[in-house]
Amino acid sequence: MEQFLLGKLTWSALPHEWFTIGGTGAFFALGAGVIAFLTYLKRWKWLWNNWLTSVDPKKIGIMYIVVAVFMFARGALDAAMIWLQQILGASNVPGVLESQHGYLSSNHFQQIFTAHGDIMVFFVTMGFLFGLINLIVPLQIGARDLAFPFLNTLGFWLYVAGVVMINCFFLVGGEFGATGWLAISPLSELQFSPGVGVDYWIWSLQVSGIGTLIGGINFFVTILKMRAPGMTLMRMPLFTWASLCSMSLVITIFPILAITIALLTMDRFFGMHFFTTNFGGNPMMYWNLIWMWGHPEVYVLIIPSFGIYSEIVSTFSQKKSFGYSSLVAALIGVTVLSFSVWLHHFFTMGAGADINAFFGIMTMIIAIPTGMQIVNWALTMFRGRIIYSSPMYWFFGFISTFTFGGMAGVLMASPATDFQLHNSLFLVAHFHTMIVGGALFGIFAGITYWWPKVMGFRLNERLGKYAFWFWLIGFFVAFTPLYILGFMGATRRLDHYDASTGWQPLFIVAGVGLVIIMMGFAIQILQIIVSIIQRKENRDTTGDPWNGRTLEWATSSPPPFYNFAVIPEVTSRDAFWEIKKQKKTHVKYKDIELPKNTAMGIYLAGFVFLFGFAMVWHVIWLILASLIGCIACVTIKSFDENNEYTLTAAQLERMEKDREKYNFLKADVLSS
Amino acid sequence: MHKNATTKSYIVGFLLSIVLTLAAYFLVANHLLADKILLTSILGLAVVQLMIQLLFFLHLGKEKKPRWNLMILISFVGIILIIVVGSIIITSHLNYNMMPKDMGQYMLQEEGMQK
Amino acid sequence: MKATKDLPNEKTDNHKAAADERTIFGFWVYLMTDLLMFAGLFAAYAVLHNNTFGGPTTHELFNLPFALAETLILLTSSFTCGLGMLAAHKNKKNHVLAWFAVTFLLGLAFLGLELSEFSKLVSEGNTWQRNAFLSSFFTLVATHGLHITVGLLWMSICMGAVWFRGLTPGITRKLTLLSMFWHFLDIVWIFIFTVVYLMGVM
Repeated sequence: MEQFLLGKLTWSALPHEWFTIGGTGAFFALGAGVIAFLTYLKRWKWLWNNWLTSVDPKKIGIMYIVVAVFMFARGALDAAMIWLQQILGASNVPGVLESQHGYLSSNHFQQIFTAHGDIMVFFVTMGFLFGLINLIVPLQIGARDLAFPFLNTLGFWLYVAGVVMINCFFLVGGEFGATGWLAISPLSELQFSPGVGVDYWIWSLQVSGIGTLIGGINFFVTILKMRAPGMTLMRMPLFTWASLCSMSLVITIFPILAITIALLTMDRFFGMHFFTTNFGGNPMMYWNLIWMWGHPEVYVLIIPSFGIYSEIVSTFSQKKSFGYSSLVAALIGVTVLSFSVWLHHFFTMGAGADINAFFGIMTMIIAIPTGMQIVNWALTMFRGRIIYSSPMYWFFGFISTFTFGGMAGVLMASPATDFQLHNSLFLVAHFHTMIVGGALFGIFAGITYWWPKVMGFRLNERLGKYAFWFWLIGFFVAFTPLYILGFMGATRRLDHYDASTGWQPLFIVAGVGLVIIMMGFAIQILQIIVSIIQRKENRDTTGDPWNGRTLEWATSSPPPFYNFAVIPEVTSRDAFWEIKKQKKTHVKYKDIELPKNTAMGIYLAGFVFLFGFAMVWHVIWLILASLIGCIACVTIKSFDENNEYTLTAAQLERMEKDREKYNFLKADVLSS
Repeated sequence: MHKNATTKSYIVGFLLSIVLTLAAYFLVANHLLADKILLTSILGLAVVQLMIQLLFFLHLGKEKKPRWNLMILISFVGIILIIVVGSIIITSHLNYNMMPKDMGQYMLQEEGMQK
Repeated sequence: MKATKDLPNEKTDNHKAAADERTIFGFWVYLMTDLLMFAGLFAAYAVLHNNTFGGPTTHELFNLPFALAETLILLTSSFTCGLGMLAAHKNKKNHVLAWFAVTFLLGLAFLGLELSEFSKLVSEGNTWQRNAFLSSFFTLVATHGLHITVGLLWMSICMGAVWFRGLTPGITRKLTLLSMFWHFLDIVWIFIFTVVYLMGVM
């Protein structure tokens, strides 16, 4: 009976190891704190009606970023635990706690670096990016919402379901996968990973992956079909172009991820033999398929940041972007070429010299469009009147780190060199440079740049610059030793090593760098708190604090919940710059339709989560029940024709006169 | 989309598809062509039927400009070719180099060497 | 400049019509992603179809006339689905119900034939657990079959809606999406028939 009700879930699976319990405690404490806070302020209904069920992409964007920040904290904690293990893992240090070397058992160490990678890629970077795109792209193209508002909220809640799933073992028990962030086969097969760890991995990625794919389709259709009149593709802002390219990649590659993970699920759940070591399975095929997803994925992560840098360089050089067409061509070039390089992730698996040579050459070629962009940004700055704001600082930080790490990448593009450096700490340093120096710095720059627009007040510049310096210096202190260690022969994912290698001092230096980065992160949190306290002095009353060129600056800060009362007519690139130069003409208001809030995204994502959870623990009745729940939700929602409400011209005119009251953060929802 | 849909287009598409399906069937069932040509022919027939159905059932290519649907289809087909053909080429190389129990067969076939 | 042709203009377009157009376009994009997922399955089948681990090969397992029957049934259902859509655009409610009922029955027949093929294989011990070839065969064909099942479920819900509410614009739009889905499944089946059955028997 118990087996029918609970599947494989047993009492012994509940959290019982020391650090799992620590994590469980932390989550419960955090949850209890949030619940107490909301109850005290009596804000449950407000939260539900105005935020959780909202379809406003600005609110969904903020929620994505909030969740991403929390997951960043968890991922950073995982990083700290990895570093500590590697410092203590030298053979001359006696083991403590559960280990003979360091303080973590090998299995726990493996779970931690697996979780670290998945969290940082899927839930932090993707979360930040989807947040920024939701917040900014509709404003930049002169739209009021995305093409599919319901799918937007559904996509967000599926992302949250994935977040819950990856943290699930803290709450319900079990373990996480100990297979590396991509769960390589055959290690991830039942034969070698019989526990539920890999299943948690599978379902957190599948559930959030559906959300990502839905979001990708949504943004893609929105950018193609909902631009303001007169905004041709070649008049779009560069961040919108970058988002279009990134989302094109998302829609093409996430089906590959979904099917590859599904095939692994077939092996684990149904006893099939796609990637097993016996019965004809081919484990190498897994790596081939997953990297076909994995390589374009890293371009998904970096391309929006390229767009952010283009915007920032132009605004803070007080000049239009140099070489707009070639910047667009570079974005498209990177997008297309990203499909031709995936094998460089497994040069050493044995495809042979011919195949390796082709992919090595393609990998070197893909560096060219990136270089083109840097030249264009430099020429934008040339003869501009540069303002050294903190977003520009992040841009300079990007230039210094990304070129450094990019060259490391081109070094490894040669298969011969890669045979020495594959899976070494050199590789680890390279990809962290790309993601931190490239994607993350861009995200920080974008958040700082667009913060006044979204929140209505500026961030404290001085703290922002301090945070930047801590991040930049900390980054170099943390990762330069890793480049050196890679050359010295240090392999990645080692939990112990012989002290005679001389690696330990470099790990210690890297640890110091990590501490400096953490201080930078702390200063960013402080910056937000201080800025909120000082918000009245730093209010942005014009809507255009940086003298910007693109349409988002045409709205008030924060924008009204309907973005634009009248959709603007666009006559050129840098649309807002033209509008600013023209005289203000009388606007004629019309009735507009806006989508209503809906809770169905939460319910559907909840059923999908239950399905994933039931698959992890093999609870058959719950698999069926949650499936029926999903079908019911989809059917009910699809017959809901009453999902929009009208704002009349008169209402619009009244609200426009008092934008302060009707900005999206303050205006309570007009309909449910 | 419905401006292009007529009963005639569906009937033409249906009949052509039947013809192409039966053609491929008879070619294989009666082994009318040599192996490699047969393979190319049935794949070619499948691709032609794909285009027939895209045109007559899904009315692709007759939409007003810009033809996003068509462009997106072509892009995805390109990526599908990279996935399928890329996987076949790469795994055949991987198998040749890395799968010991097949090695004898490969060495015989590819290089005429007896183990 | 030809540039402005691709833009919806808020002044002239009907809001609902523009939204419907976006829905149909978005659904097309979704179908493309579904196609890509099938491509992954085809890639896996292409790589693994000879890995029989000593078991029976495709030549021994596949019945070509049977597969032809399935193919022609599904093709016909795609045709009748198209006729149903024509009736929908001419607002002929009863014709819509009739043609989609035929489509449904043909789809059900297709599923029945497929399931009987599966049960025959399973009863002989050729299950998806036996080797990599059978794993990839069952997964590819059954994923298509699962899509057909979802399509049939969707079809019956739509027919119920047409019966009770008539051919409203909302329901006509749903039927458009359903018919796109159904045609797409027949297109995928062309390649399953070719790559799995025809090439298997060659």
